[in-house]
Amino acid sequence: MTRRTAVVALLGSVLLPAPRSLLLAQDTTAGKVVYEKWCAGCHGEGGAGDGPGAAAMLPRPRDFTFGIYQIRTTATGQLPTDADIQRAIDEGIPGTAMPGWRAQLSDAERRDLVAHLKTLSTFFADTTMRPVPVEFGDPPGGGDEAVRLGRLFYDSIGCRKCHGDAGRGDGPSAPTLEDDAGLPTFAADLTQGWLFNGGASVAEIYRRLRTGLDGTPMPTFSDLLDQQFLTDEELWRVAQYVHSLSPARMPEVRDVVHAPAWSGPLPADPEDSAWAGVEAYWFPLVGQIVRRPRWFTPAVQGIWVQAVHTADSLALRLVWNDRSRSPDTSWLAFTGKVLAAVPGDDSVPPVAEPWPDQVAVQFPARTTTGMERPYFLMGAANDPVYQWRWVSSEGGRTVAGLARGLERFDTLPGSPVGRALYDEGQWRVVFTRSLATADSANPLQFGVERAIPMAVFAWDGSNGEHGGRMALSTWYFLALDTPTPPGALAVPVLAMGLTLGLGLVVVRRAQRRARNTG
Amino acid sequence: MSKLRVAAGFAGALVVLGTAGRWGEAAQAGATVTGRVKFTGAKPTMRRIDMSEESACAAKYTTPPTEESVIVNTNGTLANVFVYVKSGLPAGYKPPAATTPVVIDQDGCHYKPHVFGIMVGQPLHIKNSDPLLHNIKSKGRANRPFNISQPNVTRTPTVRTFSAAEVMVSLECNVHGWMQAYAGVVAHPFFAVTGADGTFSLKGLPPGTYTIEAWHERYGVQTATVTVAGTETKTTEFTFAAK
Repeated sequence: MTRRTAVVALLGSVLLPAPRSLLLAQDTTAGKVVYEKWCAGCHGEGGAGDGPGAAAMLPRPRDFTFGIYQIRTTATGQLPTDADIQRAIDEGIPGTAMPGWRAQLSDAERRDLVAHLKTLSTFFADTTMRPVPVEFGDPPGGGDEAVRLGRLFYDSIGCRKCHGDAGRGDGPSAPTLEDDAGLPTFAADLTQGWLFNGGASVAEIYRRLRTGLDGTPMPTFSDLLDQQFLTDEELWRVAQYVHSLSPARMPEVRDVVHAPAWSGPLPADPEDSAWAGVEAYWFPLVGQIVRRPRWFTPAVQGIWVQAVHTADSLALRLVWNDRSRSPDTSWLAFTGKVLAAVPGDDSVPPVAEPWPDQVAVQFPARTTTGMERPYFLMGAANDPVYQWRWVSSEGGRTVAGLARGLERFDTLPGSPVGRALYDEGQWRVVFTRSLATADSANPLQFGVERAIPMAVFAWDGSNGEHGGRMALSTWYFLALDTPTPPGALAVPVLAMGLTLGLGLVVVRRAQRRARNTG
Repeated sequence: MSKLRVAAGFAGALVVLGTAGRWGEAAQAGATVTGRVKFTGAKPTMRRIDMSEESACAAKYTTPPTEESVIVNTNGTLANVFVYVKSGLPAGYKPPAATTPVVIDQDGCHYKPHVFGIMVGQPLHIKNSDPLLHNIKSKGRANRPFNISQPNVTRTPTVRTFSAAEVMVSLECNVHGWMQAYAGVVAHPFFAVTGADGTFSLKGLPPGTYTIEAWHERYGVQTATVTVAGTETKTTEFTFAAK
């Protein structure tokens, strides 16, 4: 069917009562044109997931030739419905390179695309394989008790094996996970719902439990209902529990990290309960793709930053999820598989080693004004940046120094104290340092009422990250807030009290007047 | 490379195309192709599996469990070789699927059996005898995949079937990366898997000239051509050499 006949059919269906199938006429020829223009770059001309852009991606773009789709409303092994394919095109696959196309392509183009994708696998032509959506039903009421029960079933059906006890994708089976193509893959970090491939609502999580994610290690749990191992309500509880692990949406990104003035000793321990009361700022991270070796598949998706200061010292806490506590030889095979899957553009192909995890905090090495900042990627030869670097090996080491680009780092005296803790797939590192240092060689003197540019870098050694293979943030600002002067808080309280008192007087008078006249 | 020794085929080849009724009778009795699979060269050492994460599985072993990709029998034969009729059956030969289920068990964090044959449409019963989570993922290409979870000892097995002939469909557990099994899915009942004595026997064959294939997960495939007639028994042998 050509585009024109499709349009005629559509028009006709408006004028005359026509079968629904005509109204939704799909055009595989038109779909092929759209596909070749917008999709083939990653998914390949023939749909085998092998376009020019594919090699830099993990997970790889979908290979349509097997008719295996991750996000479906159908049972494991079944083909997806048209609506399932449409949804992936319209909304994209969060947590992957696949964007949504609703804004880019017209309704007709996206519909035609569905028709074309179905020509790429012979399974769709098999009339015995008609996909049937699973009956999902409605979620039972949630709440704390639902979440508590969900945790019990999370344990009893073995979710922790891959997703870990805290849900951060660090379970004991994590280092050996592979997708259908034998490429290394990872269990979702259940605390970062905004990256869930199939969406993060309770209903969407429940659907993934029922259908599995075909092509990945994630199985279906539907058979457990048939076998009465678990009731449907209990499986909903698992979805409710998983849902409870993530914030409602991706954390808001704010430009300025405010470090409040702190009375008493600084919380130098990453586990200090005081940190619970300190505002945390989310820095999303991306792969370093400016310099060789470029890195398109970083493991660390973002870092929480918190800071407090006293009159003379600063404490900076960085918290990020990392499914492996590197260096760890049990991840070495995984590291090798990642490096083999994402061929680097370095002159000598890297050989997997048990690399450590690392984090770096970067400030300008000189006083900057306004929006002026050194080159974000570790400065330049003539415009260095001042960095704190923490490395997980040998029990953890912290150094300070000047970076002049990726290649050169000169350590300086006066490094901060770094204290780190790894807990269930999460690193927590606290740097503490005096605001000003006596050593004049140290370029960065912190001061209140001045916002200092700040950026972070992170490496997951087990993901093959070291050197230029890393995740990085853009520039943010760190502002050391001035302490609230004593009495400053009393003014608004006094004002409120006064307003309330005056209000009461007015009301009472009005009531008295009303009584007198009534 | 091994050389297969096949008893020469002769006149029998001419009897291949009988009427349906005639080969129907022959299938009752039929011919037999039998033999064994020999192994030459150094027997590879199977890597030990660390089951410390799964004490319930580890407890099922008195000697440390190992991978199962190459099992050389004491008589110098090779186990877990899938031997089947690859081609040569009369066109339109469509026997009904066997109804007796094939059972695969997850026991001691290993699949039992490691290699098996199954007919298209024949039920596969998937059992878990371990009190812990296994997922069993079928990675067929001609067949639709499946990936199901069995978090504890199963009270009733999960049942699946395969819809197309495919040698082999690999099955794996992602929770335990070492767990691997292979299903030879064929559209007829003429298949066998070598066991502890390394022999196989394909019984009830209609008269004809057949390509017999022997598949091993590490050493690949070998084929032999055998012609049989009536109720005779022919012997063929495969030899896989260490790599």
